[in-house]
Amino acid sequence: MTPSAGRHRKNLRELLLQIAGPLVVLLLIGGVWQGCVAAFDLKPFLLPRPLKVLDAATGNAAKIASATGRTAFAAVGGFLASLAAGTLIACGFSQSRLVRTSCYPYAIFLQTVPIVAIAPLIITWFGSGFRSVVIVAFIISLFPIITNATAGMLAIDPDLSDLFRLHRASRLQIWLKLRLPNSVPHILTGARTSSGLAVIGSIVGEFFAGYGTDNYGLGYLILQTSNQLRTAELFACVIASTLLGIAIFASMSVINATILRRWYDA
Amino acid sequence: MTHDAAFIHAEQTGLSFDGRSLSLREVSFSMCRGEFVSIVGPSGCGKSTLLRLIAGLRSPSQGTLTVDGHVPGGAQTRTAFVFQEPNLLPWRTVRGNVGLPLELDRRTANAAAETDAKITQAIRLVGLNADDDGKRPRQLSGGMRMRVSLARALVIEPEIMLLDEPFAALDDILRQQLNEELQRIWWQRRWTGLFVTHNVAEAVFLSQRVLIMSRSPGTLIGDVSVPFAFPREPALRASSEFAKLTGEVSALLRRAAEDAA
Repeated sequence: MTPSAGRHRKNLRELLLQIAGPLVVLLLIGGVWQGCVAAFDLKPFLLPRPLKVLDAATGNAAKIASATGRTAFAAVGGFLASLAAGTLIACGFSQSRLVRTSCYPYAIFLQTVPIVAIAPLIITWFGSGFRSVVIVAFIISLFPIITNATAGMLAIDPDLSDLFRLHRASRLQIWLKLRLPNSVPHILTGARTSSGLAVIGSIVGEFFAGYGTDNYGLGYLILQTSNQLRTAELFACVIASTLLGIAIFASMSVINATILRRWYDA
Repeated sequence: MTHDAAFIHAEQTGLSFDGRSLSLREVSFSMCRGEFVSIVGPSGCGKSTLLRLIAGLRSPSQGTLTVDGHVPGGAQTRTAFVFQEPNLLPWRTVRGNVGLPLELDRRTANAAAETDAKITQAIRLVGLNADDDGKRPRQLSGGMRMRVSLARALVIEPEIMLLDEPFAALDDILRQQLNEELQRIWWQRRWTGLFVTHNVAEAVFLSQRVLIMSRSPGTLIGDVSVPFAFPREPALRASSEFAKLTGEVSALLRRAAEDAA
């Protein structure tokens, strides 16, 4: 056996472990769940059996998939907007201490205000529908981008700062050729957090604003199935939103690793 | 070689932070154009600060300091600085890093072809190959990164080259090799060189003069001239004259560290 074949076999075993392990736990949970429902004779609107959930998922697959797509679209839209706006705001913050100390408390406001509390306000201003959903996702995902990008733009090695000054770099050159690229790893870290938050934001947004069209997302579907006690369908929606969150977070992690691997070790 | 009396001239130059704690006091010395001088001294004595004053990155708070008759940091003199760390930009390739000073300084803005030729020349001068051009810093060894850092300084064809312990982090053999190459490049190009180091043998091997600084706040307490002819061969290090001179400088340095204790 060549060393490389040995390594391949080891990688395969590692991969199997990573997939099989969680799968076994999933089956166990499903089994216990099914057992409990049968043993305690729980009403289906309280806790449907896992197989019922599976039925509801497959039976409404088209509806849930389209809602998931709609929610993903809003989340990605809000996330991309926050990425652009957050980087621009961080650029302003990194230019002057005065701007930073004056404006930072209001950036923290973004972080601390309960999104549920301002969502109705956003609907008052922007109406119900897709636009408001994107705005909610945007607001909730903005703060991590601002803080991380600002930190990255300020974390400049003093020697590099001296080097740029020695060669008479303009403010714009320092920003474009030093501060902005230096902040990319930080922005990507913030973006990973934000991407997860954007999914939450768009679902919360849809709770309040998602009924404007026939073309609704997961948040609205969750609200509707919950109100009508279609609990098996509700479970399917919850699982779909979790999978969506994981998918978006995982793609951000892959993008992260791909960009940074070219610049930094491990 | 033009020997105008004082290309770099410091008179009673001092620097204090916040007007109280002194980091450099009453430093006076002169350097001719094209001269290579090393500065040795105890840690924290202000050697690096002196280089930054000459680069115009800080201004002296006492005394005067002129480069070619002007206040340092103006547009008159092309000055390059090599830091202790290679300080390369990780997102740029070797070529991109070496070309950075040419991009930044609009005075050195040239036709693309000319810029390209300058970059290639600087990279070859420090002994890197064509297949290293597209590599990023993370793919290079410590010694190669320092070579790129040297190339980035040489690319502007500096009149003054300020080197702040550039080889301190490298192992001894690599340090000796880079010393030999630095000496070869200086002998070809004849920029005015000021080299800060902790290593006495390195200072003696490279320079025409070694300045010795006292403990902090540092001032110059010794000026030893090094008579060996250029270009210098590695074998010089094994000669008894070399050992005698390094011993002499070391003794002065030890006194500097013990004095004012």
